[in-house]
Amino acid sequence: MRSLLTLTLALTASTLGMAAAQTKTITVAAFPDLDSVIKAALPGFKKLYPNVDVKINSLAYADHHTALTTALSTGKGAADVVAVDFGYIGRFAEGNGLVDLRGAPYNAGQYRSQFVAYTYPQAMAPDGRMVAMPTDIGPGSMFYRSDMLRKAGVRPTDLNRSWESYIAAGKKVVAANPGSFLIPDAGEAAQIILRTGLGAGEGLYFDKSGKVLVGPENPRFVRAFTVAKQIRDAKLDARAGGAFSPDWTTAFQKGNLATEFSGAWLVGHMQNWLAKDYSGKWAAQNLPGNTFASWGGSFYAIPQQSQNKAEAWALIKYLTTNPAQQVLAFKTTGAFPALRAAASDPVFNEGVPYLGGQKARIQWRQAALKIQPLDVNRLDPVAEQIVNDALNTVLDGSKDIPTALREAQTLITRRAR
Amino acid sequence: MLASKPTPAARRGGWTDFQRRYAPYIFISPFFILFFIFGLFPILFNAYLSFQQWQPGSGLGEMKFVGFRNYTDNLTDPTFWQSLKNTAVLAVLSGLPQHLIAIPLAFAVAGVLRRMQHLVTAVYFLPYITSIVAISVIFFTLFSWQYGVINAALSALHGLPLIGGLFPADRINWLGQKEYVQPAVALVVIWRYTGWNMLLYLSGLQAIPRELYEAAAVDGATGGQQFRYITLPLLRPIMFVAVTLSLIGGLQLFEEPFILTNGTGGAGQAGLTTIMYMYRTYASYSDAGVAAAMSWLLFLVIGALTLVNNRLFGRSGLAGRDER
Repeated sequence: MRSLLTLTLALTASTLGMAAAQTKTITVAAFPDLDSVIKAALPGFKKLYPNVDVKINSLAYADHHTALTTALSTGKGAADVVAVDFGYIGRFAEGNGLVDLRGAPYNAGQYRSQFVAYTYPQAMAPDGRMVAMPTDIGPGSMFYRSDMLRKAGVRPTDLNRSWESYIAAGKKVVAANPGSFLIPDAGEAAQIILRTGLGAGEGLYFDKSGKVLVGPENPRFVRAFTVAKQIRDAKLDARAGGAFSPDWTTAFQKGNLATEFSGAWLVGHMQNWLAKDYSGKWAAQNLPGNTFASWGGSFYAIPQQSQNKAEAWALIKYLTTNPAQQVLAFKTTGAFPALRAAASDPVFNEGVPYLGGQKARIQWRQAALKIQPLDVNRLDPVAEQIVNDALNTVLDGSKDIPTALREAQTLITRRAR
Repeated sequence: MLASKPTPAARRGGWTDFQRRYAPYIFISPFFILFFIFGLFPILFNAYLSFQQWQPGSGLGEMKFVGFRNYTDNLTDPTFWQSLKNTAVLAVLSGLPQHLIAIPLAFAVAGVLRRMQHLVTAVYFLPYITSIVAISVIFFTLFSWQYGVINAALSALHGLPLIGGLFPADRINWLGQKEYVQPAVALVVIWRYTGWNMLLYLSGLQAIPRELYEAAAVDGATGGQQFRYITLPLLRPIMFVAVTLSLIGGLQLFEEPFILTNGTGGAGQAGLTTIMYMYRTYASYSDAGVAAAMSWLLFLVIGALTLVNNRLFGRSGLAGRDER
């Protein structure tokens, strides 16, 4: 396997032809912590491509994406390789600023089976172009406080059997641990339910033909809103809003949360600053209701304006399709590999010290394989905003579910014409 | 370099002639160059953009002319109207108290607290120059539902005998409940700009001749009468300036609601101002044309309201015109 890979890399290198004679410098634009992953990869890359120098330009997360948008809209100033976060990939896929990696000489399609299944569709435009290669993923996990559960006599499986059992067991946990909350925000449950159980040809908010799926007739939306409302009405959530909001952070630091749904990467934040004092008390379990969802992920792309596309592709291929490199990335920042072969490395069988030595990585690897691909639509950000607003009006009790969903449907349809 | 005595040739088209005729233009050109690049060009480009359909990520070549559709899209968008309403409510809710507090405060500082004037002014002006990020961290902590100082204070007050009933028993979710988002945002805006207005009024007060107060005092006018019949009328021009600035600033409100609601507009979108919605349309929805059209619609609203303010207030407010 690896020798075959080296061979293809060598072949690519030879097709570069005259480039072998002189040194070329390419630029990479990224954000923290992905920049440290690339930095760690450079010695290995340099061995294969001694004539290619790599310069990394790193900006803060939001600044990086703003700068990239500006560079793509004006056609000037983009790096040869650009990192793109999951939250932005749909927007960039829509425009024509990034190279279609399906075509020659990239032929990215041939690697598809080597990657976790849901990653490729995320980087694809509705017309089938593929604008970026996946590098890391965020398989969803339910983190829970084992000490709080023990106090309430609740088993972890009581929490994840179904959403109903999650709420029922949650009531016991909160009752046994005064001042605690089951979950930072009730809306999180709705987000997971919306992302699971999609029918064939369905995206999150639109189907393949662009028809709006949001509405009181769609059981997926009704169920998502209903479960979230039940959690809020049972006073189980801390109403903290989104992740990383000040209330969310404070609740974590004070040890007031019994569970949280997030990507596997949350462990890094918890052990470094978010819940330092609770090492060994947190553990991981699958999401409730036998559901699997993803939290973010990163991609690499080549802008159309790049003058060094061949070298840029060589670097991207090295970063994404080389198992050793993907394992190195995991060890560097905890970035969970999108490349399936990398996840069979022995390091994944080791226990996670923060989770009390639990072998959670095996669980996450299995979860990653079960996450469904979601089709992206240009209007997803609009629909997402409108649905979130509708959910909030339901949660604060100002509208009932059918009314809120019907209004959301009207608003989205208006934009989608 | 220069000839000490100008030759006939120099007088016709030489160095001194150049100096006299063209050099001034070169010297003032930096302003115009910067103005064209950073002032005029963006405005014209924005006007052009408001008639195009354009996704910023796809390059300048991808623009498509759509006529007035971006404008009609906005005018038929319920969220746009809601954002305008939010903006208007917030402008009044945060604008009025600023002046109602700043005028008496300036009067007090100029009179009673004269000795400490500089210190007091500095203290009140501090919020205006404080970084918005620092402000948001402080107010997040104050407003927090579970862990906030404001809620802690309210529940402590609720526990008091006799007056306890006046204060709510439950904690208020300031930034997470529709009814409280606008008051919370308004409170931060008031806190931030009252000092600035006080400074404006203070400078206005200092322009009023002291003899008027002395004469009034001799005639037996009380402090309240002096304020009512001397200070207020003579303060009108500066009030007109301050109110106009508050009006324009209030309608362009962005930072405070954006940061306090994490960019979401808060519960029930009650904190979504028009500028925030415009930013969202551009940054999240990648709909540059619609966002540009929205900015022109807001410009029209600000223009109209400033005109009304001018009519109502300006005529008598501008110094020297009220006599005529």
